[in-house]
Amino acid sequence: MPATWIFLIVLALSATGYLLGRRRALVSAGGDSRHLHSLPAYYGSNAALLVSVPALLALVLWLFAQPMVIQNRVEHLVPETSYANEGELSLVMSDVRRIAEGLDLAVEQGAMTEAEATDIRVETTNIRDRLGAVGVALGSDVEAPILVAAKAWREMNATGNMIRTGVVLLIALAGFGLGMVRADKDFRARNSVEKVILALLILAASLAILTTVGIIASLLFNTIEFFKLYPALDFFFGLTWAPSFGGGSELGILPLLWGTLYISVIALAVAVPIGLFAAVYLSEYASSTVRSFAKPMIEVLAGIPTIVYGLFALLTVGPMLFQAFGPDGAGWMGGGRAVMTAGLVMGIMLIPFVSSLSDDIINAVPQAMRDGSLGLGATKSETVKQVVLPAALPGIVGAILLAASRAIGETMIVVLGAGAAARLSMNPFEAMTTVTAKIVSQLTGDADFASPEALVAFALGMTLFVITLCLNVFALWIVRKYREQYE
Amino acid sequence: MTDATASGAAPQKPASGSLLELDARTKRRNAAEARFKFYGMAAVGIGLLFLVLLLVSIVRNGVPAYTQTFISLPVELQAEKLDKNGNRDPEEIKKVSTFGYNPLIDQALFRVLEENGVESPFEKGADLRKMVSASAAAEIRDYVIANPEKIGETVSFRVLASSRVDGYLKGRVTREDLARDKNLDAEHLDIIDQLKEAGAVARTFNWSFILGADASESRPEQAGIGVSMLGSLFMMLVVLLLSLPIGVAASIYLEEFAPKNVWTDLIEVNISNLAAVPSIVFGILGLAVFIQFMHLPQSAPLVGGLVLTLMTLPTIIISTRASLKSVPPSIRDAALGVGASKMQSVFHHVLPLAMPGILTGTIIGLAQALGETAPLLLIGMVGYIASNYPDGVASGFLDPNSAMPAQIYEWAKRADPAYYERAWGGIIILLLFLMTMNIIAVILRRRFERRW
Amino acid sequence: MYDSPSLENEVTDKAIKIAADKVQVFYGDTHAIKDVDVQIQDKTVTAFIGPSGCGKSTFLRCLNRMNDTIDICRVQGQILLDGEDIYDKRVDPVQLRAKVGMVFQKPNPFPKSIYDNIAYGPRIHGLAKSKADLDVIVEKSLRRGAIWDEVKDRLHAPGTGLSGGQQQRLCIARAVATEPEVLLMDEPCSALDPIATGQVEELIDELRDSYSVVIVTHSMQQAARVSQKTAFFHLGNLVEYGETSQIFTNPVDPRTESYITGRIG
Repeated sequence: MPATWIFLIVLALSATGYLLGRRRALVSAGGDSRHLHSLPAYYGSNAALLVSVPALLALVLWLFAQPMVIQNRVEHLVPETSYANEGELSLVMSDVRRIAEGLDLAVEQGAMTEAEATDIRVETTNIRDRLGAVGVALGSDVEAPILVAAKAWREMNATGNMIRTGVVLLIALAGFGLGMVRADKDFRARNSVEKVILALLILAASLAILTTVGIIASLLFNTIEFFKLYPALDFFFGLTWAPSFGGGSELGILPLLWGTLYISVIALAVAVPIGLFAAVYLSEYASSTVRSFAKPMIEVLAGIPTIVYGLFALLTVGPMLFQAFGPDGAGWMGGGRAVMTAGLVMGIMLIPFVSSLSDDIINAVPQAMRDGSLGLGATKSETVKQVVLPAALPGIVGAILLAASRAIGETMIVVLGAGAAARLSMNPFEAMTTVTAKIVSQLTGDADFASPEALVAFALGMTLFVITLCLNVFALWIVRKYREQYE
Repeated sequence: MTDATASGAAPQKPASGSLLELDARTKRRNAAEARFKFYGMAAVGIGLLFLVLLLVSIVRNGVPAYTQTFISLPVELQAEKLDKNGNRDPEEIKKVSTFGYNPLIDQALFRVLEENGVESPFEKGADLRKMVSASAAAEIRDYVIANPEKIGETVSFRVLASSRVDGYLKGRVTREDLARDKNLDAEHLDIIDQLKEAGAVARTFNWSFILGADASESRPEQAGIGVSMLGSLFMMLVVLLLSLPIGVAASIYLEEFAPKNVWTDLIEVNISNLAAVPSIVFGILGLAVFIQFMHLPQSAPLVGGLVLTLMTLPTIIISTRASLKSVPPSIRDAALGVGASKMQSVFHHVLPLAMPGILTGTIIGLAQALGETAPLLLIGMVGYIASNYPDGVASGFLDPNSAMPAQIYEWAKRADPAYYERAWGGIIILLLFLMTMNIIAVILRRRFERRW
Repeated sequence: MYDSPSLENEVTDKAIKIAADKVQVFYGDTHAIKDVDVQIQDKTVTAFIGPSGCGKSTFLRCLNRMNDTIDICRVQGQILLDGEDIYDKRVDPVQLRAKVGMVFQKPNPFPKSIYDNIAYGPRIHGLAKSKADLDVIVEKSLRRGAIWDEVKDRLHAPGTGLSGGQQQRLCIARAVATEPEVLLMDEPCSALDPIATGQVEELIDELRDSYSVVIVTHSMQQAARVSQKTAFFHLGNLVEYGETSQIFTNPVDPRTESYITGRIG
């Protein structure tokens, strides 16, 4: 039975549980709801939750676990001769799955009888053609051992699905029974329902931890896998980045880090002065009309997706800079894609980020501080420079660090605007590349996931994650400390 | 010096320096003040200038994508070419491939030229056909299969002009550009000029850019963003259905029930950090967990939605907690005071009052997710040509598709400038969606915001 | 000192430092100060009293144009400092505020060292030619502020680390450091405990020798203790202005009487 049906049955059972539970409770109280411990709806909800929560949890777990278990068991059926390494194995396995699913589809569409599908053999049938007829295209002819594995897959899947149906429905029924037993006037239904809800709330809150664990685990395992194939020292201290899918790649992270830092520095050099001055002007000088217009307008820049900035870099800013600094101009630039292009556009993207954070922080400086300075005969700019900004400094440093972390983790602008060549150069008009851009290019190519050329992306991701995490934690800590100071 | 001027000074005489004259130092300081203020104004001005520059380049480059050049062709659907046996059997008609339709197009083209009195420098139909999109044959074939009874008649079609012709009418392609281009010659442009004069070639609004599917790299004139819009829609459904309940549940727990302990602190620190983790890292997570580990289908909006959910959750949790916090404790006390349980006070009183704020935060989170591209690159929602609409709701979630920002990226990567125009055009639609969502959020906030 | 019989004579001798003529202040549509005429003497402590919201702080802030920092505030009428209209177009509030210093309700030391707090004013106004000059000014100001002995060993510790009373005296010293001619004090003791209040009041009395001091206060006792002249404000009007002893013992206006006997306020 497909999972959707099981899901719907459980829901129906749960709804029935609600109605029956409610009624039984009322009956047990002689029809007078005042004799119940809790409101009648709670008895119904109690039954409904008992039916649905455990059964659906089991269903979800099963949906995730079954493919993994089957994968593991079928892998052993594939003879070792048909693959050379892990990567090929995963390709073979995906073939196996395609064939198994194709056979299922063929039976479903009536192109094959169940018996035919079970007894199908390479020698007697051209499987590629038969499956092609139902719309499942196979890359090559099917070999006997693969077909055996596929059939095993199919069988296990069918058995698994059957057991799944049984187990889930049994759990649901057991919940239903328990719900009925508990639908009694003396049962503390509300407390029980609330406990379940609280548990669900905790579960939802824990998802944040689970996400972090997921991120760290997926980065860590693959990074370890990578360091088994490629020495960590060469990765962290290598000066060359030259992946070649044929083997013999040089995968040093330093050129990428250099590109990342260079672009981020340019971005911050654009965003910090503009953002900071804009924040100071808007919070200290601008009239309320100017402020109510300019502030949201500048913040529009923050709501624009990065892909738009990427395109802006690639198609507008890049060509513009190329005209000014290319062979027809200053002659420093070889193409539109350069550190300068990406840095400039990223700087534009970060302006509202710096300005709105700084604005908050400047506004948190108490008015009494400004009055004190103005009362002594200081001009506004002297007040800002010598009293407000020094008072806000820790917060502003925090904001700049957050902006730096944004710049380092930004992907689309550098993918489209910075170029693809990994270089250690001082010229900002040259194309360079960054950690994020290389994560994308290493994972979207045709490399198989077991090769060092693909796995290196996880090591890059790990480096990126650690750097941004440190920046974020530090910046958030500074900002919080700063806020506390004036609360 | 105050002492010196203190006693006996006449009331109408300034004690020290007149206020009405600025001393040199004050003048200098005022100049510095004016400079500083100017820097601030300049900074705001530069920020606004960048915004204008960005919007202008989007509109200027993107608007042409919404019109397209069409050529009106009277095509004679010759029976001897399309249905040799004459029995109008759809199965047999289907056997004629799109190549079989090319001669009909050639003939129609020559006829149009003749009717409008245009001299053709080309002898071969194949050369003349360069003006027409490669999609024309398929369009005519689809029409014939759907209407076999029309075979033998002459039917008037409005077929897409090729992207070079379209580019010429939009001013993107000039005669000089064509010198090294084997897709079109300057002579073609002369013909186009004359046909345009005669009304057989025209630029009109192009619905199929908004509703259509992506096309292969060589046919930019045919590509549309409709299918990937649907992909985005399904992704956003996943994000909404998961992140709203989970986000609200997590916020309620953290704000209302969580005891102050290490575990809660850990969750809090985690959430604020997750909000600042680069989006590409979520893409790596999605690739490793959903695709490699759980074997969910690649390029599926479901997976994209799951990844974006994880990415948006922190944003939604942070804003939801802020709106829960803004409900004053007196409301909770009032509910508890009449004997409601803690859970009842939260669900009956606090949550409904916080709802406008929660919805605002959710919409803003969704808008962020809608524009996100980087994680989609890693789970394979790019590079896939989204050429078909999904068959139904289930396949909408599970079949490979693209998403609006991913589609835009894909177009930006293709070398043909005709695709750049489409990328800008796609951005206009994307920004319109984002703008609508943000306006809704602002309206929600204005209408339901409560000051306690 | 308060009971000195020669007080009245002393006061009448003094020159007029500030003369306000028909001053009106508006906050948006609110008419906050109505037709106030007052003449403030040099070398005198003048107290502004009145119930909260009566406009006494607003009027005080007109005297050094601190109200300029509030967008919606408009001032009409004339305020003369030594015969010059401080609202004249040619007057730079910056220069004005150097002459008319101000001390605020809550002590507001800058988040800098004690030394830098005092040196801030002299530095921006260019009063010191050298570091040694500045050292002298800082010491002199801190002595004037009656806080030198308490802080002389930790001049480079942050000013925010002092106690409330010390902070307020630091702020007074800071105001004194720019060598103003008038000192405006907006309820300088309202955030202080009684002991610190006593110290500050003593200081105010000493400052009278060199400056014209205008103090806004909530506390009638404080006005009686420190001032020689008192102005009573009510609902934006200046109700009565005269010798402190006369206001408190023999008020002319019935409203003043009600206030000092505690019936309004």
